[in-house]
Amino acid sequence: MTITSPPAASAGRGSPPRRRSSRGLVGWGFIGPFLAVFALVFLAPIGYSVYLSLFQDRLIGGNTFVGLDHYQQAFQDPEFWSGFGRVALFLAVQVPVMLGIALLAALALDSGRLYGKSFFRITVFLPYAVPAVVATLMWEFLYGSRFGLVGDINRAFGVSLPDPLSPGLVLASIGNIVTWEFVGYNMLIFYSALRVVPRSLYEAAEIDGAGQWRVITAVKLPAIRGALVIATVFSIIGSFQLFNEPAILKVPAPNAITTFYTPNYYTYTLSFSGRQQNYAATVAIVMGVITMVIAYAFQLRGMRKEA
Amino acid sequence: MPTATDAPARARKHSTDVPRIRRRVHSVDRPRRSVSVTLLAGLVVLYTVVPLAWLVISATKTQTDLLGSPGIWFSGHFALWDNIRQTLTYDDGIFGRWLLNTLLYVVLGAGGATFLAVLGGYGLAKFGFRGKRTVFALVIGAVAVPTTALAVPTFLMFSKMGLTNTPWAVIIPSLVSPFGLYLMWVFASEAVPTELLEAARVDGAGELRTFFRISLPLLAPGIVTVLLFTVVATWNNYFLPLIMIKDPKWYPLTLGLNAWNDQAATAGGQPVFNLVITGSLLTILPLIMAFLLLQRYWQSGLAAGSVKE
Amino acid sequence: MRTKAVRHTLRGLGLVCAAALALTACSSSTTGSGDGGPVSASGLDTALSQGGSITVWAWEPTLKQVVTDFEAKYPKVHVNLVNAGTGDKQYTALQNAVQAGNGAPDVAQIEYYALGQFALGKSLQDLSKYGAPDLSKQYSPGPWTSVSINGGVYALPMDSGPMALFYNKKVFDKYDLTVPTTWDQYVDDARKLHAADPNAYITNDTGDAGFTTSMIWQAGGHPYKVNGTKVSVDFTDPGSAKFTDTWQKLVSEHLVAPVSSWSDQWYKGLGDGSIATLAMGAWMPANLASGVPTASGDWRVAPLPQWRQGQSASSENGGSSLAVMKSSAHQDLAYAFLKFANAGDGAQDRIKGGAFPATTADLNSQAFLDTAFPYFGGQQANKIFSDSAKSVVTGWQYLPYQVYANSVFNDTVGKAYVSSTPLASGLKAWQDASVKYGTGQGFTTGQ
Repeated sequence: MTITSPPAASAGRGSPPRRRSSRGLVGWGFIGPFLAVFALVFLAPIGYSVYLSLFQDRLIGGNTFVGLDHYQQAFQDPEFWSGFGRVALFLAVQVPVMLGIALLAALALDSGRLYGKSFFRITVFLPYAVPAVVATLMWEFLYGSRFGLVGDINRAFGVSLPDPLSPGLVLASIGNIVTWEFVGYNMLIFYSALRVVPRSLYEAAEIDGAGQWRVITAVKLPAIRGALVIATVFSIIGSFQLFNEPAILKVPAPNAITTFYTPNYYTYTLSFSGRQQNYAATVAIVMGVITMVIAYAFQLRGMRKEA
Repeated sequence: MPTATDAPARARKHSTDVPRIRRRVHSVDRPRRSVSVTLLAGLVVLYTVVPLAWLVISATKTQTDLLGSPGIWFSGHFALWDNIRQTLTYDDGIFGRWLLNTLLYVVLGAGGATFLAVLGGYGLAKFGFRGKRTVFALVIGAVAVPTTALAVPTFLMFSKMGLTNTPWAVIIPSLVSPFGLYLMWVFASEAVPTELLEAARVDGAGELRTFFRISLPLLAPGIVTVLLFTVVATWNNYFLPLIMIKDPKWYPLTLGLNAWNDQAATAGGQPVFNLVITGSLLTILPLIMAFLLLQRYWQSGLAAGSVKE
Repeated sequence: MRTKAVRHTLRGLGLVCAAALALTACSSSTTGSGDGGPVSASGLDTALSQGGSITVWAWEPTLKQVVTDFEAKYPKVHVNLVNAGTGDKQYTALQNAVQAGNGAPDVAQIEYYALGQFALGKSLQDLSKYGAPDLSKQYSPGPWTSVSINGGVYALPMDSGPMALFYNKKVFDKYDLTVPTTWDQYVDDARKLHAADPNAYITNDTGDAGFTTSMIWQAGGHPYKVNGTKVSVDFTDPGSAKFTDTWQKLVSEHLVAPVSSWSDQWYKGLGDGSIATLAMGAWMPANLASGVPTASGDWRVAPLPQWRQGQSASSENGGSSLAVMKSSAHQDLAYAFLKFANAGDGAQDRIKGGAFPATTADLNSQAFLDTAFPYFGGQQANKIFSDSAKSVVTGWQYLPYQVYANSVFNDTVGKAYVSSTPLASGLKAWQDASVKYGTGQGFTTGQ
């Protein structure tokens, strides 16, 4: 754990070193409780997983040390990589669409040009309050091409819409559910960031004759860059960890969604149905490292632009 | 992290490139309402509402009508009150117990998570010390590891500590909200003026006292936002209790509803989709109410945050 | 979960072992309950009168009444009945608790197809020391061989699921269909029905491991051969081929509704006649009565269609047992509960509650056979079920890791339902995945 080393006294820039040091300690005091629980529920299980990944437990033959064999296996595992490819595609398409809608909605709210603003805000946020289990149940009905809404539309208009739960479309259908669930959430983050942008900035720009779009691109977006970056980082992580929606849609679409549909679902199958806790831990760690690298890269790039 | 400080300069610089067209703009505080923007927003609302409408409509149907009538419209028989009564009394009224459990998890879990995030975010924002970036990097990095794979190691650890199948197994992991930590960090760096803290220190106030007396009130709007997110996250928590809790007496609502849903797939079990649907509706209602309630603080708070300059 | 998946039958092997153990168990008698030592009936009585508390993990709804009656009869014993999830969910929890070394129950409900996995994983107590092998004659052979594993008895059968054909008579009358006695006739009916009403299907199927293995079982296939730690998988045997040839027609011609069993859409289809038949285990009537009450009177039961005219072969579909966990500190009490629930008064409670018994005495009792089902228009359906139980094809075996194998069924065979992949290639892929997993788990595998 990094907290064991106290911050160096030399950190001060201008202010007296001793004071900075003691304040640094106070800073650690404030963050300490969070880090303590964090170490218990995140770091310790991760450490345990790393340990597990070096062993192989078999039904016949028991537990043996296998070193890095599982890592080698993971890198050559077509099922893992097919799941990875799928979430990468999901990330490339769903995240921009969702954040785009959320940003537009936040800007619309912030512009004050909406009738029924509070109604809009609460309604769009509502899906976030719906548990994923219930949300997927609702969409399962809407997607139903025999008895569901899609089926009703087909019958009412004499058309034949493609089945949203067929193998070709189910990823898009999942994307739709995730978008539905999280647009309001991201909208609120952007909106609250927009609200703390000092109004004098808009006024200055408007007096200078800048149009609405100009104000948005020149003032508002740069001002909330931090929120945009962090929402994207968390969406990247969320996409790579996609699990709930495919797991629940597996029931109505058992053949379109495989047990290795996403890396997270794959680790779930491995460790629960498959009793392959060791290999599951390996896949999770590999996936975690990849996610981390991409999230950091994005964050660094986003932050550097800001500077 | 997001700072607005360099924005004015940039805005002014851009403005010199723009031809100065004098036009009567509505003031920023009172912009003209726009029908087209409202219509576009209406589409988003429609998208949001259709699935929820299905839930509300379905909650008015009996189990039989649920399977026998078109989904998106009411059936002749309005059974909402009866469904609610059944939901609350089915299986010796265990739904009420689940509701209380959920409240317990939310109060301790989300409350605690918010408290830790506020403390931590404030510490990161207002105290210069080495390793701040490392802390944040570590948090993001840990969050990147898929949770499903961590479930079993966490279960084994908690089991050794005798925590599984107790409320603590759900509450303790809920206490960490990385996103809440981040939000508070950003919010605290903007909402609490450093000069104010310096002044308090000059007056000889201790750090904790300064935090509770001076900073906390300023942080209120941010706290409400973080609380909102952690409440929703705890209220909807599913995977963790699924692994940790085996006794239905300690189920949160999500797990209980899922158990009712699974009942349809059991030899000799009775499908109670109407109760699952009505129960789902009853599950999200308190959240909506909490949101409406918190919204007032949140709005005034945000406005307060933007006053400073 | 959704799949009432299937059972495990080491028939030939199992019976021999059971018989051998019965001898040793018979000779054991009155000593007290030390670990491994035999426990007599009076030993159990002592435990019951001393009392204590046990935890039972089960999702079977009729057990509630059994527990009530058990506690009434033995007031010093407290039974904590916990629904820790259905099927896979409960197995996951059980596996986690065993691995953690605490938190496991004393008694667990386990489906027949999953028993081998838990017995092999040394999570279950061999019940031979309680004289369980003596009970072999009390149960029908299918379930009994399922609980007899590697020379031990690892659970007592709770119910069974000999297969039968449930059909919607209203639909059959309306479209003038004959009740099929062979699977070829079944295919003809399917074509005729779907041609007459494009919204109606002979049955639903989106790929179900439990159903598929039961069908192959009935067709005389033996895809799994298990001998200790030697395992072989072969889905090219004649029995499997019979199934794939016939079922391929239904799938290719889109004659089965693409609706998953146990979904709300499924219940809807069973109610409105758009799903006209179900080939399922004998536990189904209770589910029809509670899940599709509006169709009461529409449905009837017929013997399972045959692969050759004039045969009478059947197989088991679904069903579960109660087992005593090895980690239990109250094994005597736990076994006493098992006996009460599955061989004593509790079994009667469960039959009254609509469960289908595994006990031969009940299967053959006149009262049971004469029971008229109002749901089936007064038909005495138990006669058909009871006959089916007697004609279950012998020699079927499941893999000792069937839970995993079933979980990847839709990854492999499922392709046949959503693409042009033939069922036979799907089964080959399933075979490969099962063999690969077995090898990885340390089994000696082959074909």
